Amino acid sequence: MGFWDRFLKIDRRWVFLVVWIAVVIPLLKPLGLPTHITPPVKKLYDYIDRMEGEDKAVFLSFDFDPSTMPELLPMGVAIIRHCFAKKIPIIVYGGLYPQFVGMAKMAIDMAKTDFPDIVYGKDYVFLGYVPGLSLVILSIGESIQGTFGNDYFGNRLDTLPLTMHVDNYEKIGIVVDLSGSSIPASWVAYAYQRYGCRIGCGTTAVSAAQYYPYLQTGQFVGMLGGLKGAAEYEELLERNGIPTGRRTATIGMDAQSVVHLLIILLIILGNIGYFYVRRRERRA
Amino acid sequence: MRRTFPLVIAFTMGLLMMIQYFIPHPISQKFYKIMVQQWLIIISIFFYVFAWRSFGLYHINKIKRRKEGWWASVVAFVGVFFMLLAGFGDRIPGGIGHFIYKYFNFDDLYNYMFAPLQATMFSLLAFFIASAAFRAFKARTMEATLLLVTATIVMLGRVPLGASMWKGLPKVVEWILMYPNMAAQRGIMIGVGLGMIATSMKIILGIERSYLGGE
Repeated sequence: MGFWDRFLKIDRRWVFLVVWIAVVIPLLKPLGLPTHITPPVKKLYDYIDRMEGEDKAVFLSFDFDPSTMPELLPMGVAIIRHCFAKKIPIIVYGGLYPQFVGMAKMAIDMAKTDFPDIVYGKDYVFLGYVPGLSLVILSIGESIQGTFGNDYFGNRLDTLPLTMHVDNYEKIGIVVDLSGSSIPASWVAYAYQRYGCRIGCGTTAVSAAQYYPYLQTGQFVGMLGGLKGAAEYEELLERNGIPTGRRTATIGMDAQSVVHLLIILLIILGNIGYFYVRRRERRA
Repeated sequence: MRRTFPLVIAFTMGLLMMIQYFIPHPISQKFYKIMVQQWLIIISIFFYVFAWRSFGLYHINKIKRRKEGWWASVVAFVGVFFMLLAGFGDRIPGGIGHFIYKYFNFDDLYNYMFAPLQATMFSLLAFFIASAAFRAFKARTMEATLLLVTATIVMLGRVPLGASMWKGLPKVVEWILMYPNMAAQRGIMIGVGLGMIATSMKIILGIERSYLGGE
């Protein structure tokens, strides 16, 4: 048995070990690779940035659970920080499923540390879970107060300055949906098509490809695709002097770079071995 | 009657919801408001009733029959009730519920147990993808070669390392995503959309009845 035969039959636990090393080393010793800004991220950033001083709020929906947290949570934190820094009112919604609410709460807690002057009820409001899935998206178009009644903490929405003023999509400048599933398409179908509300999207790298048609038609203002999208948003915040805290997405991109390179290397070596063995067998 | 009545409801409501979209009359709008803000949300609460029923029946059956991995069903029950009591235990005077509520914070259980556990499960994918890519991603045919080359370019261009190697790579990746990828995605979406319209029409007209069970 030659080298390539043995290599192609290598125990997969060796591959797991190499992947683990490729993840851990850049996390412990970041490479500091530069972040290249892509147009979909820039468009979303600029759209939110232009809302400074406007009479409208950002509506940020957390439609993901901890499985996609490493990619999507940094996006949520970065967008909340952007709004807090620019004093753009923001309604943080805990998402269409009950297990998503914890993600939104985690993002708010992480983002507000650098903004002590932010006032709950005036600068931001946190909405919890109500049953109804995509019907909630339609119902928000009629009335936020009527749909939710109370915020996450039990305060009546008609007593909070922000939700007294912002009660449906008319006063919402943009809905940004963070999700690794098909939920952003529901926001387009119901909030954009029916009520004309602008939509932005943050999604996992694996789902990003399916949302490009929405970008081209303008149904999405912009999009953050995967950890890279989050890292680009963090980079834009930093370039504009907005506190970013610990740039978890940017740190993670180093590890992702090395792992992508490793997978490419494995594919190339796997193919070399495959063709070598095939040619030898044909000759024999 | 058991089959006819749901069919009549599906036909009437389906038709009314279609009509109201195109007629912005106050009555139509009032109907829509009541529909989406009250009826449909109330109905959707019953999803949970069914979910609880399915969850209970499945796991009780597994435990009763001592099926393989029955202990995992016990863990599922303990997990569900523990989280419930950590959230609502204060409403149960005395006993274990009150104890759990007092000593176990719901947010801490979510942040420090549920979130890391679920994130860990999902992150295992990276290991399996690496192993699978090494074993199965071979340029056996023309189509497989095209896919392999495209995937390699996208993988490299979507990380900072790719841009460091060649500045033009992210632009190539954006082009792949914005044109060839989008054309394929749009074709799929149009197909799915037409399929959804056809299925909806079949449900409204009572041709498709599998949602009623049986048949």
